[in-house]
Amino acid sequence: MKKIFNIIIKTISSFFVSIINGFKNYFSNFIKGDSITKISYFVMGFGCVMRKQVVKGIIFLTVQLSYLFYMFTKGFYYLQMLTTLGVKEQGEVWDATAQIYRIQLGDNSMLLLLFGVTTVFISVAFFLVYFGSVKNAYQNEINIKNNIKIKSFKEELDDLLDSKYHITILSIPTILTFAFTIMPLIFMILMAFTNFDGNHQPPGKLFTWVGLTNFSSVLVSNPLWSKTFMRLLVWTIIWAFFATSLNYVLGILLAIMINKQGIKLKKMWRTIFVTTIAVPQFVSLLLMSKLLADNGALNNLLINFNFIKTFIPFLSDADVAKVVVIIVNLWVGIPYSMLISSGILMNIPKDLYEASKIDGANSVKQFFSITLPYMLHVTTPYLITQFVGNINNFNVIYLLTGGGPKSLNLYQAGETDLLVTWLYKLTTEAQNYALASTIGIIIFVILATFSLISYNMTSAVKEEDTFS
Amino acid sequence: MIKSVKFKNKIINTIIYSILSFMSVVWLFPVAWLIMQSFRKEPGAFTSYIIPKTWTLDNYIKLFTETKLFNFPRWFLNTLLVAIAACIITTILVLLTAYAFSRLRFKMRKPMMNVILILGMFPGFMSMIAIYHILKAVGLTQSLLALILVYSGGAAMGYYIAKGFFDTVPYSIDEAAMLDGANKNQVFWKIILPMSKPVVIYTILTSFLAPWMDFIFVSVIMKDNYQNYTVALGLYQMLSRENIQAYFTQFCAGAVLIAVPITILFINMQKYYVSGVTSGGAKG
Repeated sequence: MKKIFNIIIKTISSFFVSIINGFKNYFSNFIKGDSITKISYFVMGFGCVMRKQVVKGIIFLTVQLSYLFYMFTKGFYYLQMLTTLGVKEQGEVWDATAQIYRIQLGDNSMLLLLFGVTTVFISVAFFLVYFGSVKNAYQNEINIKNNIKIKSFKEELDDLLDSKYHITILSIPTILTFAFTIMPLIFMILMAFTNFDGNHQPPGKLFTWVGLTNFSSVLVSNPLWSKTFMRLLVWTIIWAFFATSLNYVLGILLAIMINKQGIKLKKMWRTIFVTTIAVPQFVSLLLMSKLLADNGALNNLLINFNFIKTFIPFLSDADVAKVVVIIVNLWVGIPYSMLISSGILMNIPKDLYEASKIDGANSVKQFFSITLPYMLHVTTPYLITQFVGNINNFNVIYLLTGGGPKSLNLYQAGETDLLVTWLYKLTTEAQNYALASTIGIIIFVILATFSLISYNMTSAVKEEDTFS
Repeated sequence: MIKSVKFKNKIINTIIYSILSFMSVVWLFPVAWLIMQSFRKEPGAFTSYIIPKTWTLDNYIKLFTETKLFNFPRWFLNTLLVAIAACIITTILVLLTAYAFSRLRFKMRKPMMNVILILGMFPGFMSMIAIYHILKAVGLTQSLLALILVYSGGAAMGYYIAKGFFDTVPYSIDEAAMLDGANKNQVFWKIILPMSKPVVIYTILTSFLAPWMDFIFVSVIMKDNYQNYTVALGLYQMLSRENIQAYFTQFCAGAVLIAVPITILFINMQKYYVSGVTSGGAKG
């Protein structure tokens, strides 16, 4: 535990130290620099143009001019609106000159929030470029003083294919990640601090900042919400635990059976189970849900053979459904862990088994004292990702039960809903984006704490540390 | 003594064979049922028997001819288009990102890897819903372009498996090439990439398959624009309460058409999948 906190504190403190150092250099370079460098602080690229880096200088200047143009036409308005998320509500306004009511278009809180966030992002990106240009101008001055040749535009481009190759190849992935992951996430995180619910839907209505109200409602003050949250949280953890551990252990057992000496047709057995992985989940799981429905194929069959009198509520009784969901998930998951553990099993040194055999251990004992510990040691990272994946396992629950059976005791959720499927329902059915985002953040906090702790306890992480 | 050991072994093997056979039946039953239903002539969602009484190819033919309500051919082309485009973009992004994190050393390397690790812990839908609003703001929702962007936009974050593979290629090969005057760009395209065939194939395959399997992101983005549905979402609609009686057997036929090519691809590629998951997982 101590180690994790050390890492976190170290990361945060080094982040701030580098920012403070950056500012210190920024001001001291301004004082030390000559007039060309000083002008570069206000006109980006000036230092480059004056020192033979014309193309680079013009690029810097273009960036600065377009940023200023954006800010003065739209940017400042959006930044200002970010504080209130809109003031003008859509509605009818009395037009005195024409003597009629006119529909007045109001502010769209959601678009204002979105554009506000975008503006903040653009500004941060601009200032990074700005600091880069200032540093570049000062560096050029120093290089001239020390008679170091300033790189031409062509040479800098060549650098981008070699010593600065990471900038070339990572810039597009980074931009896309910002656009499609980070910005949407921040947008959603911010929604958790607003009252964007069914009663505050833009463009008709405005929504605004409400601080931590949503969090306190979910955790304490709204009894229905907090009850739903606690019930689903407990079920999510139970589900993730069983889904992960049973799949893992049974998958290993299956792999052991297939790999046992003397068992023939190994390839055929493996292919049978692999086939079921390849069938898309939406097909196999939807099929299962129809198979297990109250009037579904399995019940029909059992009734026809006179095994049962009335149907078994596989998916319509809360407790039965929970067990069935975990069992069906075995069908989905065992082949995966069989496939993955097959290769690792063959790497376990044979002499370990022979030695234990001489000591009189039977196969059950061998499994628990050799196979399982070895597998656990090698595949801990895989297990952690599996556990996290199961907490966020949308497919199995949504396709199989749709979260049902429905329950009146829960807010917008069914008995087998996980937190993620609840989140999904909250946005698509109840349109309660604020609550959904709050839940999302809580899931994240739980997962992040869990993963940080478990990753730090595994040896694989230490190996990666020594690698770099 | 030896005889009894042999005998015991035989019993154990028999038990294992019976367990394996039983499990195979359980695992293959839904698949077999799906295939049989797709050839069933009798209408309705469920029958009280397993094997169809009369067999027919009508369900497959109807998928391609009766396109008024469920335009399967159109969905198929949509999915193919999206899959090819997303596959090209994703593969390039993933391989470049993995190469950068595996081979290049720069100041932001560790922080960026940590940020990606943290981002992966947010539930995917959270950003999904926001992406919908962003796409709406720029007027891109319900289009195939939006779908391509969504499938490939976050692709670089799945760099782990390719990085795990690149890590196993000895660095001395890079050094030798650089001594001969190659820059890092050339090292990547001319040396590392040709050596990494398995992981390239794996990346191409997984990214090509994703649009065929996913139906959640499509449903969030496409809403009710039936013309731009992908196969998965379209088939899902066939099982809604009002359609299931009439379309269940057609759903099965469509599902078989999708599942068969995927299954063949996957069975042939499983060794890449395994090496990918195990090597990528261990190195984080």
